[in-house]
Amino acid sequence: MLTPQEIKEKQAWRSMGLKDQEYERICEFLGRLPNYTELGMYSVLWSEHCSYKHSRHLFKLFPTKGERVLIGPGENAGAIDIGDGLAIVMKVESHNHPSAIEPYQGAATGVGGILRDIFTMGARPIASLNSLRFGDPRDENVRRLVRGAVAGIGDYGNATGVPTVGGEISFADCYRGNCLVNAMSVGLVRHELLTRATASGVGNPVMVVGSTTGRDGIHGATFASAEFSEEDEGELPIVQAGDPFTETLLIEACLELIESGVVVGIQDMGAAGLTSSSAEMASKAGSGIEMDLTVVPQRDEGMSSYEIMLSESQERMLVVPKAGAEDQVKAIFEKWGLHAVVVGRVTDDGMLRVFHHGEVAAEVPAKSLSTDGAPSYVPEAKRPEYLDELWSFDFNQLEDLKQEEIQDAFWKLLASPNIVSRRWIWEQFDQHAQLRTLVGPGSDAAVLRLPGTKRGIAITVDCNGRYCYQNPRVGAAQAVAEAARNIYASGGKPIAITDGLNLGNPEKPEIYWQLKETVQGIAEACEALGTPVTGGNVSLYNETDGEAIYPTPIIGMLGLLEDAEKHATIGFKNKGDLILLVGENKDELSGSEFLTVQHGLVAGPGPELDLELEKRNGEFCRSLIEKGLVSSCHDISDGGLAIALAECAMAGKLGARVKLYCPERRDSLLFGESQARYVVSLPEENYDALRGLAEKQGVSISLLGRVEGEEFTVELGEEKVISTRVSEMLDLWSSGLERLLGEE
Amino acid sequence: MKFAVVAFPGSSCDDYLYVLKEVLKQEAASISHRDTSLQDAQCVILPGGSSYGDYLRPGALASLSPIMDKVREFAKEGGLVLGIGNGFQILLETGLLPGAMLPNSSLRFVCRQQTLKVENANTPFTGCYAQGQIIQMPIAHGQGNYYLDPASLKKLQENNQIVFRYTDEAGNATEEANPNGSVDNIAGIINQGGNVLGMMPHPERSCEAALGSTGGLGLFQSAIEFLAERVKA
Repeated sequence: MLTPQEIKEKQAWRSMGLKDQEYERICEFLGRLPNYTELGMYSVLWSEHCSYKHSRHLFKLFPTKGERVLIGPGENAGAIDIGDGLAIVMKVESHNHPSAIEPYQGAATGVGGILRDIFTMGARPIASLNSLRFGDPRDENVRRLVRGAVAGIGDYGNATGVPTVGGEISFADCYRGNCLVNAMSVGLVRHELLTRATASGVGNPVMVVGSTTGRDGIHGATFASAEFSEEDEGELPIVQAGDPFTETLLIEACLELIESGVVVGIQDMGAAGLTSSSAEMASKAGSGIEMDLTVVPQRDEGMSSYEIMLSESQERMLVVPKAGAEDQVKAIFEKWGLHAVVVGRVTDDGMLRVFHHGEVAAEVPAKSLSTDGAPSYVPEAKRPEYLDELWSFDFNQLEDLKQEEIQDAFWKLLASPNIVSRRWIWEQFDQHAQLRTLVGPGSDAAVLRLPGTKRGIAITVDCNGRYCYQNPRVGAAQAVAEAARNIYASGGKPIAITDGLNLGNPEKPEIYWQLKETVQGIAEACEALGTPVTGGNVSLYNETDGEAIYPTPIIGMLGLLEDAEKHATIGFKNKGDLILLVGENKDELSGSEFLTVQHGLVAGPGPELDLELEKRNGEFCRSLIEKGLVSSCHDISDGGLAIALAECAMAGKLGARVKLYCPERRDSLLFGESQARYVVSLPEENYDALRGLAEKQGVSISLLGRVEGEEFTVELGEEKVISTRVSEMLDLWSSGLERLLGEE
Repeated sequence: MKFAVVAFPGSSCDDYLYVLKEVLKQEAASISHRDTSLQDAQCVILPGGSSYGDYLRPGALASLSPIMDKVREFAKEGGLVLGIGNGFQILLETGLLPGAMLPNSSLRFVCRQQTLKVENANTPFTGCYAQGQIIQMPIAHGQGNYYLDPASLKKLQENNQIVFRYTDEAGNATEEANPNGSVDNIAGIINQGGNVLGMMPHPERSCEAALGSTGGLGLFQSAIEFLAERVKA
């Protein structure tokens, strides 16, 4: 290891991702030159991944308060009151960079990490979701990434007995070099067991529990805060390896420990392992921590203090129990075959002091490592020029579909990567473990019952990256709105979100502008829809060879159902039911999947968004479900009205006969993606009641047709433009993804 | 106690206890893998899940647990033993049932609603079904590809030990209806003594209409009725 003087001479901080002025800042905090271990600790905790240094000043824009918010941003995960003394804990986390290198372990450890964020709070993980982005599925390397990531998520989640109940995936060229793997997890806890990550109480012991510490994953967080270049593809050791069995034991041991009442604070050792967990816990409590690394259980021999402090070995936690409870903690972990070792004590001097083999290996103010001390940058923002080009596109130059071209366009869209069934993916996930899944993947939102209460929850994760590229602010708001539509359409009332912001390099003015707009868009939509932000994750630097991904703010949303039985799914249920459109077509094609699939175009500012209308139409649909007036409900998103109708038909294995009147363009009517729209089906006898409600609430509805047996037909005026059978659509659509991935 | 659910590290015991106690109103409790007594259990359930993380081979490590000696004795004396999913794998590793489990032929985990045919309704676990009845139950496994050598398979067939097969909705055991490549579309088998059943599908996830299917209800009801008859006799 370099001496402090050598570090200074060789400017060693640069290779750890620290800037010159950041090194200066460290020297100021310490009043001396940092040693190598200390430099490593700062470099990881001051990375974007840990400190959000280019983004955290923006988060004050988020609405974070609400009568249901028990714990907002700043803890391992947010907690939301759902009544009956119960709370839901939820969080999204990204594992993009590791997954791009080693998709199986990258994705698996992403799931492991987000599960730990949940049970660290005292909550039992009851469901997981995921949000994935890849390049063209016909590309060989993309196929390898998809296969690996899906298997990694499945194997880890399945082995831990936490069902994967939903998720989304989409494909676009911008994700070719930077795939996105975001995992979301949801936990259930009684209010009184909610636990925080704090190291308070001078003299209390500090314990390392769970797995042993090895050399895996050192500097993972720094790596996650840099752009990729071609040479990086050999960086294997940075990716950690997951052990879902140990995670299962850790879940049980931690929940038992928290229930025992001796825990003062507990923190997952995620990015930057021991460094982040100790610094964050001490900094939150305003205390200090003294630790001896010599006694940390290690799986590799001869590890240096630098390696032990920066290791990202998985399935580990830092626990601060009440003094005197050490043996009780050990007994619980031993019962589950896990380590629990006292490595230090809470002190009152605010210092993180680390000993190794009898010597002080590091001694730094705990707060200087945390976000209290980390630098915060407000980069220059500049509206990207590409927007002018996109927005100036004249849709009149685009020829409308002729009547006879519609059927082909429909088939092409139905078989396209972003519309074909995701069955191939979700069948690799155990969706039913724990017996709560009332609605699993393949509908709008997942719906879970919660035994012990009549209530249920709806959960979803959404984002349309293309909309965000076309207009970062409105696109981000649309992600919130789309999540809300999925919740409403399932019968839930949206109550909170967690977010995962995935963007490019914020040090570039155009990207920072995107980031700022994204945060503002989310804030506006959450304000309008009454869904506070309870926490989230930021993954920046998603660029390869200078090309950034679309801004992709993943929105994980929680909805509440007063009666879990009163939920809806998308599939048509009864032959003869009426089919209705809720909302209005705005004759717009911008941002649509159709435009990309049919014309190879991304153009215009994206679809219009009206948040008031979203709320009105969404609440209307939710009330229809609650009143039991409708048989099915589905929001209209990718592929527009025609695809939404086909999805309802395929999910219910029942056809439809739909008649539309076309005042303007045929293509926008059938395939445009106007927002705030739903397709519902209902028994004819409920129609009057529904119409009455729609009038009262000022919601626009129009009658489209009826549910049929096998035939699926769409007429424009008097002309049949789509005419097929449900089985024919299913043949193309349901195994479409494995066809595209070459997995047949 | 009527039902004992063996808790191995990584098993999903709670699902079974919930169904037995809350849905079927039965007396049931879990027994630790470290225990050396089955207490007074009348039916032992080896549950699904991933005991020991499926390390080495699914079920291999669990089959060496202290409690398994007792389960073997209990089975030898004619006690009812039911192994579901991972529990089936444990029964194979223990040698209480013949054959072995391979990774699914797709090499992928598979979770879906599956159609099954009741091939033998004359067992303690299937008495409530009609012979040949078509039922639905979820499957969720990565290694459910049941294998048995041809000679032993012939014996299994002749002895009527195949209890469930994967079929289509018309009851045909086709290749398309086989989710994992199991030999002869086998989804569940019973031992020669007729008291030890192993199956890959999950009946415990199939006892309430709200969860999507009720095909598993008959299995538990059959065992409950069988035990009641046994007590009377």
